[in-house]
Amino acid sequence: MSELSGRTAVVGVGEDGVGLAVPGSTPLDLVARATRVALEDAGLALSDVDGLFTASAYYQLPGLDVAEYLGVRPRHTDSTAVGGSSFVSHVGHAAAAIAAGQCDVALVVYGSTQRSDSGRLVSQSEGSPHERPYRPRYPVTMYALAAARHMHQYGTTREQLAAVAVAARQWAQLNPAAFARDALTVDDVLSSRMVSSPLTVRDCCLVTDGGGALLLTSAERAADLRRPPVYLLGHGEAHWHRSITHMPDLTVTAAVDSGRRAFAQAGLTPADVDLLELYDAFTINPVLFLEDLGFCAKGEGGDLVASGAIAPGGRLPVNTNGGGLSYCHPGMYGIFALVEAVRQLRGEAGDRQVRGDVALVHGNGGVLSSQVTALLGTSPTR
Amino acid sequence: MADPTPAGDIGPSRYYFEALRAGRLVHQRCERCSSALFPPRVLCPVCSADALRWEPSAGAGTVYSASTLTPRDEDPYTVVLVDLDEGFRVMSVVEGTSAPLGARVRLTPQPVDGPAGDARLVAVVEGGTDE
Repeated sequence: MSELSGRTAVVGVGEDGVGLAVPGSTPLDLVARATRVALEDAGLALSDVDGLFTASAYYQLPGLDVAEYLGVRPRHTDSTAVGGSSFVSHVGHAAAAIAAGQCDVALVVYGSTQRSDSGRLVSQSEGSPHERPYRPRYPVTMYALAAARHMHQYGTTREQLAAVAVAARQWAQLNPAAFARDALTVDDVLSSRMVSSPLTVRDCCLVTDGGGALLLTSAERAADLRRPPVYLLGHGEAHWHRSITHMPDLTVTAAVDSGRRAFAQAGLTPADVDLLELYDAFTINPVLFLEDLGFCAKGEGGDLVASGAIAPGGRLPVNTNGGGLSYCHPGMYGIFALVEAVRQLRGEAGDRQVRGDVALVHGNGGVLSSQVTALLGTSPTR
Repeated sequence: MADPTPAGDIGPSRYYFEALRAGRLVHQRCERCSSALFPPRVLCPVCSADALRWEPSAGAGTVYSASTLTPRDEDPYTVVLVDLDEGFRVMSVVEGTSAPLGARVRLTPQPVDGPAGDARLVAVVEGGTDE
């Protein structure tokens, strides 16, 4: 177990505009409202915030934009941009900064009005000159190529992939805040419009608005705040490629490394995990991550997701808010996975509440490129 | 039959695309560790050597993965990742919907419509599979 394990905690969470924001909102408006909700949750003020962690597809210098809008003057700013996993990455960077005395209260925050912006995918992903001429649809074709290879190599089926979307929808039906709550069956997923084979539109995440915020501080200070602390027990990052052409093996992600690092820091194993929030931009993602994080052997992820284990009532609850497939997906989802894990561990999840003391949050960025794993718990030690 | 290493006044990426526009698929190989390298670069990502030479590729390879897109107002096409026999992987495209994983393909540089005079690799499925 590392000396960083359990030394910091999430003390406040907030969201705003999940699904569809107030008309005419800017991404920074959502950032500010989510921040205010998180501050209220923690019993802290903006003047307490001295560390800022953010990323954006809208703003090239997002740390500067967010700080100016909020009126904070951070002494530590980190705009690490590793796609949708950025915010899970930021949590680990914030913990290290707090432990090193670089800041006392860290704000991790994101906002996007992607759906209000006519569903246009706001993306700064420039695309490789060695891929653009072939007209893959970014990013779905890249994930489709991984899914096709997994199916070819391990016999994974489209029905098994569809089971991921169905489980996510069943969780969303327990969550009044989820954007997509209509009934969804495996057949519905299979018969939906094919976007990039083998993935249909129902294998793909939503396009929504949404803002999310997290506040972290030291375990000592967390003990005096309003809400039960949720401790950061372990954190690990890894990336091996940027373009899908250069992913060494389309069936193995760098979550193998990020997960191993997070578990080592926490002194935990997959058997200790009670619930998982896995970045599900596409249905193949949780299959790959369950394998690579050690919850089943390579090639057995399809069987696991189709067994009912990940759905409500299952032994391994995954994406309890409905995930990027049914809760929300405003361009980058990582922060919403973190917020849900905190709510679950604090026992605030209503009808979708699961029992548990340890949650695994896994962020994915780029095209299965950046992998970041965080382990959160209700106690600073095992 | 290695191509001559380009002079130092042309970057490797430009060299690659100029060759492709001239109808030749080339790739780099590390002089020290013999790794086949793509895309073009100045440093070997396997062993850090900076002595890289250009080699021609015959364009023969195996489909590593494939995804078919079916846009509303145009013919379907299949984006493929191809493992070339020389030991590097590229993205390419097959006209139509048939590119089984493991199928043998041949890649040919073809001009892309437009003023830039660009070229891309088009894959044709041949008989047999490699798996």
